[in-house]
Amino acid sequence: MVSATSLTSGFGIWDPVLWVLAIIIGLVIAWILWSSGVSAFKKGTEQARPYLSGNAEPPKGEVHIRAGNLYWGFTEGIKGYYQRIVPLHTGIMTDYLLWMFWVAGILLIIVMVV
Amino acid sequence: MIPGYITTNAPALLIAVPLLGAFLSPLIGRISRDTRALWVLAVMTLTTLIGYLTAFLVYTEGTLIYVFGASEASLAIPPDSGGIPIRIIFTLDAMSALMVTIAVTVGFAVILYSLTSDARRSGLEAYYTIFLLMIGAVLGMVSTGDLFNFFVFLEISSLASAGLVAYKVENGRAVEAGLKYLLVSTIGGIFFLFAIGILYGQYNALNMAMLADMIQWTPLDKLALVLVVAALAAKCGAVPMHFWTPDAYSMAPSAVTAMLVVASQASLYGLFRICFTLYGITLNYVTIGWVIIILGILSMIIGVTMAIPQKDIKRLMAYHAVSQTGYMLLGVGVGLAVLGDQALLNSYGMTAMEGGIFHIFNHAMYKGLLFLTAGAIIYQVGTSDLNRMGGLGHRMKWTMIFFIIGALAIAGIPPFNGFASKFLIYESVFAFSPILSVIAMVVSILTLASFVKVFHSVFMGPPLPGNEQVREAPHTMLIGMTILAAIVIISGIFPEFFVQNLITPAAHALTDQAGYISAVLGGA
Amino acid sequence: MFWNLPYIAVVILSVIGLATILLKRNLIKIFFGVSILTSAVNLFIIALGYREGGIAPIYTYAVSENMVMATPQALTLTSIVIGVATTALMLSFAVVIYRMYGTVNVDEIRELKE
Repeated sequence: MVSATSLTSGFGIWDPVLWVLAIIIGLVIAWILWSSGVSAFKKGTEQARPYLSGNAEPPKGEVHIRAGNLYWGFTEGIKGYYQRIVPLHTGIMTDYLLWMFWVAGILLIIVMVV
Repeated sequence: MIPGYITTNAPALLIAVPLLGAFLSPLIGRISRDTRALWVLAVMTLTTLIGYLTAFLVYTEGTLIYVFGASEASLAIPPDSGGIPIRIIFTLDAMSALMVTIAVTVGFAVILYSLTSDARRSGLEAYYTIFLLMIGAVLGMVSTGDLFNFFVFLEISSLASAGLVAYKVENGRAVEAGLKYLLVSTIGGIFFLFAIGILYGQYNALNMAMLADMIQWTPLDKLALVLVVAALAAKCGAVPMHFWTPDAYSMAPSAVTAMLVVASQASLYGLFRICFTLYGITLNYVTIGWVIIILGILSMIIGVTMAIPQKDIKRLMAYHAVSQTGYMLLGVGVGLAVLGDQALLNSYGMTAMEGGIFHIFNHAMYKGLLFLTAGAIIYQVGTSDLNRMGGLGHRMKWTMIFFIIGALAIAGIPPFNGFASKFLIYESVFAFSPILSVIAMVVSILTLASFVKVFHSVFMGPPLPGNEQVREAPHTMLIGMTILAAIVIISGIFPEFFVQNLITPAAHALTDQAGYISAVLGGA
Repeated sequence: MFWNLPYIAVVILSVIGLATILLKRNLIKIFFGVSILTSAVNLFIIALGYREGGIAPIYTYAVSENMVMATPQALTLTSIVIGVATTALMLSFAVVIYRMYGTVNVDEIRELKE
């Protein structure tokens, strides 16, 4: 169906309005299911406290996983790539210019030869 | 309703108003700080209105010509010059109009934001002068039809941007970033001037339409194209010339960073303008198209992988700016690679270009929004180090919502606008070369991953000790963000409206070299 | 051959400029290189603008066939002005960097990297 709101790429269509409607219907169904459940949660009791295998809860500041620790596995997994790429960002400004000259030179060869 | 002298002179006013406002602002700033803020806001509002008026005129009436100093604004070739357009000319076609729209929209939002976020700093009289100068230069770059004039605006924007990047000093680090940006821009400018000299020496013209009419693809033309591509690709931050981008973006005040994104895109516009309009079909479009595609792919991959381990919020976002520039290069590069083949161009080339150009529009909006949210966070927390943030979602709810909108848009999650343009790019690039499309999708996933990291480490978790005094950003900053967020949502939900009315005319304007020439030279 | 002399000078100046930018480590000397490169481009454009026996188009009653359009001169003048502004800005940045870092060696001006 092609409506006034849909985006055509020549190969397919994308209709955000229908998509949003679908999401809203989904949320309504989820809300109906949720609200028909039994509310057994009581604030301020033992229920509201985190359970860490019976250990005492550490101070709030230590629970938060800081940014530096996120995606450690990812960067560790492709360490070989990062070990090559990161040192290229030397921060020396003449290196920046050298890269520009390299690109211009390579481009010149490509354009002149092809 | 609008007086005729304004509509006739709109392209000139587009540059005159910000420049005049810029140089009057130190004078008016002597009265009081509030007067200066009001003045800057008034100038920017006027510029925005004129920008929209100009864009409206272009979209309704076709390419707009404005010749400075001529007896009539549309008189491109003086009757006694022997057929040579000697005057400085502004040629606004649909692509320029789109860039003008982007520049004034983002400019207005960031000026509004900057009035609060930078009010605590010293040296504001120079700050707003340079800021308005930069906006004026960007508007000049996208609307000029004269090669040397483009160079002049390019240099003005480089100087103004470098000054603004260095504005915070930050124990010298910001100055270092400004110097790096300035050096790269200056060398780029020298390349560009060399190319202008080569072209002028061969064809005795600086007017882009005149040059496009005569250009041959001689070895000297090739050299000129290489110099221009290298200079402008470096200015828009394509890998492997992107090194200045994270430095400059992370050290500039956030409002400036949002505008720097637009300035980079104005360079991108220059690159496309010269490839498509100046050289057009005469250049070896397959080779140059692939060169641009490869620059784009490298930018996408290296940008996003460098972003993931970053620990500074603005540096991380800056690497994403590099990566998103790759999408634009990819989309438009695919269009360039099939430029000479009308069947392929109709089949997927135009769609790819529409995707790339729509991404320019979308990127300016959501990236501006993200940098503004980063600025609000830094404004309240006092640090840009992600490791020292956490639990801000409890206190900065609106900033968090705007951040989510921007992050989902940049990662290409429906229904935000990033998805709409990436959808066009994916589908059309898949028809060109499936592997490129797959790379684009993987890069999108990595983008989402790294923004999940930022979202988690900044907003999630319990309120951290030391952040007790953090509260919501001031209202004027929120209004600036609201404008951009509203555009992100509206252009995400009604993409077809934007594509049909803004983007498709722009893409056609780029490919239609003959139309550009005849608009200036009068069908000669 | 003789008339190619300015272009040979352009090439020599460009090479000197590029070599200075890439080989010197002192910020101020790198700025020299940038200035020399700018001068090379200026010389290039001015040399392009020379026509033997041409008249500057400033006389109302001059012989109109031999007039030379003054565009290259105008470009060079603009370019010189831009060059002055750039050099001034770069030097003032160098002053601040020297005050803050205590060095003008580009290899040590790399607080921002990776």
